[in-house]
Amino acid sequence: MELVEERVFEAERGNIGDITAFVTATAERKDIPSGRLPHLELALEEALVNICTYAYRKPPREVTVRLLEDERRFSVELVDEGIPFDPLEEAPQPDLAAPLEERSAGGLGVLLIRRVTDEVHYRREGGRNILALVINRERRTP
Amino acid sequence: MKLERTVQDDKTVVTVVGRLDAMTAPDFEKESLAWVEGGDRKILLDLADLEYISSAGLRAILALAKRARASGGAVTVCSMKGMVAEVFAISGFDAFLPVAADREGGLEAF
Repeated sequence: MELVEERVFEAERGNIGDITAFVTATAERKDIPSGRLPHLELALEEALVNICTYAYRKPPREVTVRLLEDERRFSVELVDEGIPFDPLEEAPQPDLAAPLEERSAGGLGVLLIRRVTDEVHYRREGGRNILALVINRERRTP
Repeated sequence: MKLERTVQDDKTVVTVVGRLDAMTAPDFEKESLAWVEGGDRKILLDLADLEYISSAGLRAILALAKRARASGGAVTVCSMKGMVAEVFAISGFDAFLPVAADREGGLEAF
């Protein structure tokens, strides 16, 4: 995939709004159907909350946001230099059928990421966690 | 996020306006648990004007539902649309919280 834009943010919850604005502005230009923007925003928030909460024990706490595209897809890569963590493997599986009293909230974020994106990939590369959130682009009629 | 609370007989209707996300969910949790402390038991959350919810928002609603249940009350939600309805369905929250199409149905559900 080809890099469209890249920006580094401090990995703080207070920056999630700015990061979302940066990503959605580019996503709109890159023909992401408007109905998919809430999906992208949700996947992004869930992934960023994880990074802001768990990735770093000490500063500098940074997350690099890389936006990539190919003919068919738009991808948001979140890159952090925190402790190795694959949310797709390590997050708990929520029991969706549990009654209210037994229902816990763990693992919901990763479940939502999986369900609202078209693809999600994790890789550890050069001491970095890289999580890719992929949404398919709208097909343009010629 | 803004919460508009009105009491009708023994029921409390709360309109949740805006976004229930990682930034606003702690405020929702704090305010809503205070209603239960204050004696509210049958709580209807009207989500017609809720534009966005994430897992942080779901967790806050779960905390309220548990607290209400523990006090002998109940939480019902109504008027969900768009991504909010979708997120409820994906997470299975519509299986353990009564969901009504509109406010009238929500008030009857208690």
